Amino acid sequence: MSTTAARPGKVDPYDFLQIDALLSAEERLLRDTVRRFVADRVLPDIAEWFEAGTFPKELVKEMAAMGLLGMHLDGYGCAGTSAVAYGLACLELEAGDSGVRSFVSVQGSLAMFPIWRFGSEEQKQQWLPAMAAGDVIGCFGLTEPDSGSDPGSMRTAARRHGDDWVLNGTKMWITNGDLADVAVVWAQTDDGIRGFIVPTDTPGFSSNAIHRKLSLRASVTSELVLSDVRLPGDAVLPEVAGLKGPLSCLNEARFGILFGAVGAARACYEAALGYAKQRHQFGKPIASFQLIQRTLVEMMVAVNRGTLVALHIGRKKDDGSLDPTHVNFGKLDNVRMALDVARQARGVLGANGITLEYPVVRHMNNLESVYTYEGTNEIHTLVLGQAITGISAFD
Amino acid sequence: MKIAVCVKQIPDPATPYSLDPATHFVVRPHDQVLDDTDRYGIEVGLQMAAAAGDDATVTVFSMGPSGSMQGIRQALSMGADGAVVVDDPALRGAEALLTARILAAAIARHGFDVVVTGTESTDGYSGVVPQQIAELLGVPALTFARKVEKTADGVRIERQTATGYDVVEAALPVVLSVTAGSVEPRYPSFKGIMAAKSKPVETLTASDLGVEVATAQAIQGVEPVPARQAGEVIEDDGEAHLRIIALLEQRKVV
Repeated sequence: MSTTAARPGKVDPYDFLQIDALLSAEERLLRDTVRRFVADRVLPDIAEWFEAGTFPKELVKEMAAMGLLGMHLDGYGCAGTSAVAYGLACLELEAGDSGVRSFVSVQGSLAMFPIWRFGSEEQKQQWLPAMAAGDVIGCFGLTEPDSGSDPGSMRTAARRHGDDWVLNGTKMWITNGDLADVAVVWAQTDDGIRGFIVPTDTPGFSSNAIHRKLSLRASVTSELVLSDVRLPGDAVLPEVAGLKGPLSCLNEARFGILFGAVGAARACYEAALGYAKQRHQFGKPIASFQLIQRTLVEMMVAVNRGTLVALHIGRKKDDGSLDPTHVNFGKLDNVRMALDVARQARGVLGANGITLEYPVVRHMNNLESVYTYEGTNEIHTLVLGQAITGISAFD
Repeated sequence: MKIAVCVKQIPDPATPYSLDPATHFVVRPHDQVLDDTDRYGIEVGLQMAAAAGDDATVTVFSMGPSGSMQGIRQALSMGADGAVVVDDPALRGAEALLTARILAAAIARHGFDVVVTGTESTDGYSGVVPQQIAELLGVPALTFARKVEKTADGVRIERQTATGYDVVEAALPVVLSVTAGSVEPRYPSFKGIMAAKSKPVETLTASDLGVEVATAQAIQGVEPVPARQAGEVIEDDGEAHLRIIALLEQRKVV
């Protein structure tokens, strides 16, 4: 009986280091399931959605049926997968489009996770099963027009009025904002920054979609306006106060991003490799030329390296040995890697590289958002700088 | 209601096949995948089970080298309750009738109300196993179903034909072969994937089933497909469309 062990000279250009062998059969099956979903449901239409600037809301229930929403959380209708499985799902989704992966990241890691981690039992029961089922869409309100990398400077405030809370403020760059049935909003209180569960039909809550984006076009990005939004006393997340609440959510989401970016990079590399072997100039495939081969190899090496980094960080998350700064490392390096690979791929494809006929420029533009959201490259650099020198450059 | 679904693990079609030069059998890697067309049969089985109620079970039956059971696990992750795999070195290279005898024996041993199959495997393409299973089990064969509907005491199908479809029905028990496109197969859920590894998989040999391994067939030789002849080039002199339509009519495409 033969085995899957590769013979010398038979390396797979699409899995050069045979990283597949590092995955369990269950992880591969889950990965293949998401890959098939992306091939069936995302890739055929993504160029149209991107061009039209629409998010495919019809996919939400299908993604929920698979278990993609809050997949790495336990109980409350969630699938309860490993962190690696969550990462692999993000990788495959983003190989389709960063917008689709962003939806899943926001729903699972930014909206469901804080309720699951910091919510009361009643809050969990009320919201999580419906969010896992895709019946309720969530968003996460932290960033403000004048408060990005420095979230502690936020102006949104919640004040006590008897037993109730009254929220005022504006949140900006909120993925899923216009789609959301519920928003997890972070606001200043007398006890520091607290999280609030805000049904989006509460009087005083409104959202405005941000148009004219040239990135993440198959994703909804909004401004949230809270104008005397009155919430009952039990709308606050009881188990956390201070910035560590929202920052821990972001670390969950960044974990998905450091896998997701590898998916976008892989899609660009595969598009470039396929194109270079087909496209003839000077009487032969452009893959024959040394400069193109060098570019392809650089992309291949980068994608394999990024996959290994992601998988290593995932294994550490699953075995409990992860330090939060490992996620900063992964987000910093894998997103800049992916952006670099996308730009190289766009060059290999020449003029075809700028059209939606190929995935390359779409990924490239998407990654420009991924590069700065959930912690800019600069902030991740300074977090890592502090980690290795013991000196904070923020103060 | 007991629903049996026949499935096959095949080498990943995305990777090149090879044939053993001595036996001419397909070289089967340790990790095989579920034949894609089997997803339709599983979906039909799962839908029938869901309609029949809580007592209904869906069991997948397969013959061939079990390997890592990856393809079987795929079937279970869609929601089947268990699997019976007949893996016996004596069955390597079994031809269609022997395959049908094995599957029929395994299904009869387990008990069944409905047997669901695809129309043919994507590696062997014999296309006769479903009908043979029906004959061996002594039940009607409703084949090439493009649509399946439960009736009070049986099943009614639209049977795909060259020119349209026939409506055929039979009382249970039946064997049902379904075409790709008869239903939209579900994606395995992550919970299903995680549950699949703890579902029962019974592994049997031919002698466990009391089937005598005998084959009347032997592969005499394997030849590569002849190189394709150059096609006809039609220059458009204003009438080319008529010529193309005539060619399509000749091939009964239009």
